Amino acid sequence: MPEITAQLIEQHQLTREEYEKILEILGREPTMTELGIFSVMWSEHCSYKSSRPHLKRFPTQGQGVLQGPGENAGVVEIGDDWVCVFKIESHNHPSFVEPFQGAATGVGGILRDIFTMGARPVAVMDSLRFGPVAEAPEFSPDGTASIHLDQNRRILRGVVSGIAHYGNCFGVPTVGGEAVFEPCYQNNPLVNVFALGLARKDQIFYGRASGPGNPVLYVGAKTGRDGIHGASLLASAEFSGIDGQQKRPNVQVGDPFLEKLLLEACLEVMQTGAIVGIQDMGAAGLTCSTCETGSRAGTGMEIELDKVPQRESGMSPYEILLSESQERMLLVAQRGREQEVVQVFQKWGLDAIEIGAVTEQPTLRVKQHGEVVAEIPNRPLTDDAPVYHRPWAEPKRRVPMEPPVPLASRNGDELREDLMKLLGSPATASKRWITEQYDSMVRTNTVIGPGADAALIRVKETSQGLSMSLDGNGRYCFLDPRRGARLAVAESARNVSVTGAQPLAATNCLNFGNPEKPAILWQFREVVEGIAEACEALSIPITGGNVSFYNETEGKPIYPTPVLGVVGVLQDVERHATLSFKNSGREIWLLGNAQGAQDNKAAHDDFATVFGSSLYAQMILGALWGLPPAVDLDYERRVQACCRRLIAEGLVESAHDVSEGGLAVAMAECCLSGNIGATVNLPPGGNPLELLFAEDPSRIVVSVPVKSLAEVSRIASEYDVSAGAIGTTGGSALKVCEQGKVLWEASLSLMRHPFETALEQALEKVSA
Amino acid sequence: MKFGVVVFPGSNCDHDAFYAVERVLGEQAAFLWHESEELNGCDVVILPGGFSYGDYLRTGAIARFAPIIGAVKKFAGRGGLVLGICNGFQTLMEAGLLPGAMLRNRGLKFICRPVHLRVENAETVFTHACSPGQVLNLPIAHMDGNYYADPATLEALEAAGQVVFRYCQPDGAVSDDANPNGSIHNIAGIINRGGNVLGMMPHPERASELLLGSADGCLLFQSLVQSLRRGLGAGQIASGPAMAATQPR
Repeated sequence: MPEITAQLIEQHQLTREEYEKILEILGREPTMTELGIFSVMWSEHCSYKSSRPHLKRFPTQGQGVLQGPGENAGVVEIGDDWVCVFKIESHNHPSFVEPFQGAATGVGGILRDIFTMGARPVAVMDSLRFGPVAEAPEFSPDGTASIHLDQNRRILRGVVSGIAHYGNCFGVPTVGGEAVFEPCYQNNPLVNVFALGLARKDQIFYGRASGPGNPVLYVGAKTGRDGIHGASLLASAEFSGIDGQQKRPNVQVGDPFLEKLLLEACLEVMQTGAIVGIQDMGAAGLTCSTCETGSRAGTGMEIELDKVPQRESGMSPYEILLSESQERMLLVAQRGREQEVVQVFQKWGLDAIEIGAVTEQPTLRVKQHGEVVAEIPNRPLTDDAPVYHRPWAEPKRRVPMEPPVPLASRNGDELREDLMKLLGSPATASKRWITEQYDSMVRTNTVIGPGADAALIRVKETSQGLSMSLDGNGRYCFLDPRRGARLAVAESARNVSVTGAQPLAATNCLNFGNPEKPAILWQFREVVEGIAEACEALSIPITGGNVSFYNETEGKPIYPTPVLGVVGVLQDVERHATLSFKNSGREIWLLGNAQGAQDNKAAHDDFATVFGSSLYAQMILGALWGLPPAVDLDYERRVQACCRRLIAEGLVESAHDVSEGGLAVAMAECCLSGNIGATVNLPPGGNPLELLFAEDPSRIVVSVPVKSLAEVSRIASEYDVSAGAIGTTGGSALKVCEQGKVLWEASLSLMRHPFETALEQALEKVSA
Repeated sequence: MKFGVVVFPGSNCDHDAFYAVERVLGEQAAFLWHESEELNGCDVVILPGGFSYGDYLRTGAIARFAPIIGAVKKFAGRGGLVLGICNGFQTLMEAGLLPGAMLRNRGLKFICRPVHLRVENAETVFTHACSPGQVLNLPIAHMDGNYYADPATLEALEAAGQVVFRYCQPDGAVSDDANPNGSIHNIAGIINRGGNVLGMMPHPERASELLLGSADGCLLFQSLVQSLRRGLGAGQIASGPAMAATQPR
């Protein structure tokens, strides 16, 4: 057995103090195997040691929340004895090192988190961030670092086909998500995968190893040498330039077919009543699942590694325990009913092997060839893992508050060209090239699929709909993390509300740089605070999520990037809205913050300051400055409630959130999606640049039949929300008028071309 | 009327087909396990979409060896009605119940989107509720749907009216632009010479309710139900005018 040297400790990413603590816990030197176990369990990825004190700030209670953070996924009641189970997780570093398998196993991992709780996964969404894939004047605060278009395209293509490969074969629809492009993600792409499942309320399963004496079963794929130290070396460390190549062996390899069999077998075996607890083997594999299930139940576990199905011979205890081979589960069954469990797995052609038993003593005891190779109390590995109250400090601003160039007024032709450029930028353009590679319809529930504000699926067992949205804006959060986080919650919830659904709860994926740097931890704290404030104001509890730190390569961190996944319920799925204009001759109204209205006090930062956070500033001016817009959360809540009411009463024919690219892009999307033109009248005396491209929050575009106008107006005033006509639908062009004169117009076909082809053109180019 | 839906390991549209039959159509549905050799008295067998056995070797290449396929072959040989959707179509070709083979989509990517199909033969037991030339809106979702057959087979298929669906424009025009995957002659679905085995890449079960965007797929299921109600077994409709031109090979 190798001697535990200072170098070995460092290689395991453990500090001197942490090692001292290990000596104290064990009362002796750890074995090499035990050192490995501590290393993964105390990694940032598994222990949340830097984030835990801050995450307590989140509101986690609310109506219908049956399970908040701490389990494999959150559980929320939707009515009629059904629950939805959902969570988001990151797979960022693996996707940079090996885009296809990294993204594929990201999907596999989150799906297991859902079905391990007894829920059948019915929807997946992905929030993806890459470096630029098309030429643009994009600004990066790190200066003009060279943009590697081909590398970014290769990563995107790999990630998308990896997600498609796994999700399509498994048979879960990928119903939505986002794809964002910024230079800061070039060497650190983000792959955040959200999954949602459905279960009956009385059939939820937990990762708890209850009942000493009960058998512990290993099911699913065999254990190999893949993915060892994925959680510690990949997910909990910064990258240097060459790491991408060297760390490839740490990425796992996924088999979606096996996962499909595992799903069916697990759901079937849960029906037998013989299952006490179940947990998937994800990060830190067998180690994490054995000690976490024990810790949650106040028990321990003894396992014999010789019984673990192995793909190759001669694996050491260290390798078996730390392997992150995919598609594996740990089950605790009732003693005496093992055979029922084995039979179900045999039917699906899978191994189910008893590898040990639950013990009274709260210790993880691991044997190989009958000899104890590791013996560690459970709690220090899990709940009592180290927690760090790291220092934080607000960093010096790296971009100015004022525009670097004067915001010149633009004439009609220039404004039209600006819109064309935005529609043709990958950020705004149709994501069809990506989303058509995903099966978005399997399971025949998809009412609103990719390309909308939020997805909507029907629940076959009830008459309800479930709406879900992922949203986040790193640029906003870089300029002001707290405001950016508030905006992310507000927009994700607004996306759900514009389908007609009431937001129920949220999950979040927090992507940041190295938390050991005070500036990064300050960003993190601010974001957590912003999310908490917005979730409280909008009554949306957080039921779980994931923190991904160390998103830095060569010392350059990504923008602080929280991604909010909001889930909402629609009592009658037939009564939903979509963004597309449905008919000509309808009035177009803007709900909330209507032009010239003074009812939203918070949104009155100087236009020149907040415009620096817009997509227009990024894509047209190639600059970044100022602050993101502030959001008045009480106003936001009322705007969303008003919109849901209008949809429920059937008073509006379409509803679309105004977000990146402002009113101009929102209008273009409503027109293109419905293949109906529109005329927009700008109020006199305003600045067209601001009116068309500013990204003020709390705004929703709706189209209203003439007969409903009075009622819409009445309901809006009931919610104390400004609402007014900004134009009419009809024709085959988007026309923008000022005082009765056409300022500019663009035909649908002119707008459609860049919108539909931009991504394809960027990605179908053959890389060198 | 009883529809059997075969479940292979890796089938993932089995529940969808079951739901369409039972909840949308209101007929009886039953799952048929791949290891079984019994069809349990089913009047129609559906081979659903998915990735049978992972489809790692070649789509449908392992599924053809499943015990249930032996039973399906016997059933089809007696004139029993068999509908293969997507992976089911691929499996029927591997099993020799339909001619031709699937290549990878010409764009080399998985494609999931609604497409338009022209009904080329509305006189089969699967399509007689459609009008000739009717344009249907059904989704596709596949990686390997690029139909290929050698020239002689193709000629025979065309001559005998065995090409049942073609990818087309919304107005029914058959063009290369409307061909999502590169299929030869824009072929989206074919029927066997006996007129009782249909394979198609588009998913009728995904287009059986307006809430999901289209209910055109119901026409296929309704055709099957009506045919069986009228006591029309296999071959009887197939020997109608459109199939009269069947030529010996």
